[in-house]
Amino acid sequence: MRKLLLTASVLALGAAVMPASAETVRWARASDALTLDPHSQNQGVTHTFAHHIYETLVDRDVEGNLIPRLATEWAVKEGDPTVWVFTLRQGVKFHDGADFTAEDVVFSLDRARSDKSNMKQLHAGVQGVTAVDDHTVEVKMSGPSPLYPNNLTNTFMMDKTWTEANNAVEVQEAGSTDDNFAVRNTNGTGPYMLESRDPDVRSVLKLNENHWAETKPAVTEIIYLPIADNATRVAALLSGEVDLVQDVPVQDIERLGSSDGIKVTTGPENRVIYFGYRFGDAPLKSSNITDKNPINDPKVREAMHLAIDRNAIQQVVMRGQSVPTGVATPPFVNGWTPELNAYPEKADVEGAKALLAEAGYPDGFTITLDTPNNRYVNDEAISQAVVGMLGQIGIKATLASRPITQHSPLIQNSETDFYLLGWGVPTFDSAYIFNDLIHTQSGHYGAYNPSGYTNPELDAKIESLETEVDLDKRNATIAEIWAKVQEDRVLLPIHNQVLAYAMKDGMNLDVHPENQPRLYNVTFGE
Amino acid sequence: MLAFILRRLAQSIVVMLVVALISFMLFRYVGDPVASLLGQDSRLEDFEALRERLGLNDPAYIQFFRFITNAIQGEFGISYRLQQPVSELIMSRLPATIELAFTSALIALVVGVTLGVFTALRPKSLSTAIIMTLSLVGVSLPTFLIGIGLIYIFAVELQWLPSFGRGQVVDLGWWRTGLLTESGLRSLILPAITLSLFQLTLIMRLVRAEMLEVLRQDYIRFARARGLSKRAINFGHALKNTMVPVITITGLQLGSVIAFAIVTETVFQWPGVGSLFINSVQVVDVPVMAAYLMFIAFVFVVINLIVDILYYAVDPRLRVHASGSGK
Repeated sequence: MRKLLLTASVLALGAAVMPASAETVRWARASDALTLDPHSQNQGVTHTFAHHIYETLVDRDVEGNLIPRLATEWAVKEGDPTVWVFTLRQGVKFHDGADFTAEDVVFSLDRARSDKSNMKQLHAGVQGVTAVDDHTVEVKMSGPSPLYPNNLTNTFMMDKTWTEANNAVEVQEAGSTDDNFAVRNTNGTGPYMLESRDPDVRSVLKLNENHWAETKPAVTEIIYLPIADNATRVAALLSGEVDLVQDVPVQDIERLGSSDGIKVTTGPENRVIYFGYRFGDAPLKSSNITDKNPINDPKVREAMHLAIDRNAIQQVVMRGQSVPTGVATPPFVNGWTPELNAYPEKADVEGAKALLAEAGYPDGFTITLDTPNNRYVNDEAISQAVVGMLGQIGIKATLASRPITQHSPLIQNSETDFYLLGWGVPTFDSAYIFNDLIHTQSGHYGAYNPSGYTNPELDAKIESLETEVDLDKRNATIAEIWAKVQEDRVLLPIHNQVLAYAMKDGMNLDVHPENQPRLYNVTFGE
Repeated sequence: MLAFILRRLAQSIVVMLVVALISFMLFRYVGDPVASLLGQDSRLEDFEALRERLGLNDPAYIQFFRFITNAIQGEFGISYRLQQPVSELIMSRLPATIELAFTSALIALVVGVTLGVFTALRPKSLSTAIIMTLSLVGVSLPTFLIGIGLIYIFAVELQWLPSFGRGQVVDLGWWRTGLLTESGLRSLILPAITLSLFQLTLIMRLVRAEMLEVLRQDYIRFARARGLSKRAINFGHALKNTMVPVITITGLQLGSVIAFAIVTETVFQWPGVGSLFINSVQVVDVPVMAAYLMFIAFVFVVINLIVDILYYAVDPRLRVHASGSGK
């Protein structure tokens, strides 16, 4: 009946292209988009939803490659390595019918890098944006920025006239007290238009018949249903009340895969799980060694590295749903190599014990391990496993488990001796990791480096990556930095997370490395 | 009477203030809202700036005073997470919770009283033994387990009822009801049963105990001797006299049904204030948490007040006692 009605209304509108068949997909996730304002929150769930309504200049496909979206081409300006030139797609219209032009790009980029925007960090190097003509935009950077387009994959384009007319030029600030029009209304260029929205309950998206893409999406209607409880979300799929579950609990992957009428696709996520620990001479706050810091001894760090059985964590804790790694970067990221990724097949308990004894700790030492318990897949269980593995070599770790909202302040305030954290790399470049996790904590750098690790030589190399235009030279520097990071065992990587999407049979959707599935890419049939 | 009500009102205000103070102190240990407001790309100075703007750097008593002054004016601020006014959010979620709470209270009352009377009248039959055993299960099983069990039986296996949500709702302008559509009613069944189960067994056991007690009384024996019909004795005399404590308990339990709907709402993705609260706790959305706790305290205070007044009005002995003691 719905199909009939839809067909009738489409015919009545006299639409030129008919989708092969009208398909509604009911899409369940653990949480809802926080806001519809595309520049207010830099958060995955919010971006994923926005990608269906708004569009970005460049985008990332399921392999992690940059692909054109609203920009058809982008290049560094000839003769000036500090300017990026974007050529815009022609004939693109916003949902309200207005043309998409260079003016809108200038407006949107300025809005995204404005003070109240949560996207501003990604545009920190931008000095100014200018429209050269209706379909060309120049972005002037403060220095050569060879990788700037990588930062644009979640910066959405808004209509200048619409935003100004509705007094939404200023971004809704996190925690502000004003009510912003753009938080609840949309006017994008994307393949779907917002039909209705009830936050935390249900949002309905309808196909945008005037979208610029030549092939119309197979999915003509999206019903987005946040279901917080894991068991209920899975039950809704089993009972046929939803068609797609994005956040599949690890323990249910196998069972769902073997259920009739349901299939599960898995793929690596762009997120590495690692442990960090305190460097420096000052004694640890949580250790029985009170005159010095055992972890500051490279032999101890090597022993910890050897004591951890990453394959066992994968098989037992993660039920096979992870990719063990020896380096703290996901494999899509520029700078990753198989050599860096190598890790001990099994734990070397004897070797680790010998190293500890050599370092002067034959009986080990005590330490507190801070772990989040609701942020990453099985985060607490991973930490428990590591406590057990370290116990075998004599390091007696006490587990302190907290929700992420209590764990984060420990990291920010450097109040932890030993901690678990996960890290995604939205730019797909190692510099992003170095800037926040490796560089000494100062100013713009080292926001997530509570360890006190500091190496001026490395810092200088990391800073040079930002302006190096010669890509070969830049990659060589990245390799040097990784070599040093691995040598010093600055981080203790465990694995990369794996994503799983469960859907009804006959529906095809690949796993997106940033966990941003696009329902306009869904196909039906075998 | 008036003095009594005024005194209770004054007490209620003190209770609300204490709840506000305690919840405010608790928030300091829930975590840092700034961590969930800003993403991983944010810099330390962004964190600091936001903390400053939200007033999180002020001493606790100043924050508390600010909160109370705003709350008295009905101003609870804007949700950190959903960026909408908190009072608006709570009002939009309230109908769902109230419909769920009242439906389950009704189920608990009707089924509980019926089963209670039945088991009291046939204390030795097999069905009584079965009902009493099952009621133990109802009391001891945690709500989320019952909810998930019902979902698996009725939504996944039998596919009779929906497993989540509230179905189609009808907007009456100031109230969005799910009671007027078929899908809304179907969606209500499982969560209402889940939520009612504990109260149901409680009421059933209470009615049974009271009823057994009353049936031993002299006036029942005399009624039997007079040859009154069984029906008149059981329902006209015995049940009537057991209802006073039952009504009190049901009234008081209504508050906890609303407050403890949290678990049921989470399991069934019921879009009420309880699931709003849980979602807010996860990201330390302090304005919503504060407003919710104040709201629940308010519900309890009001219900207690009403029950007290009802007592006063219904039970003549209380009144006599009060005037006798010169109050």
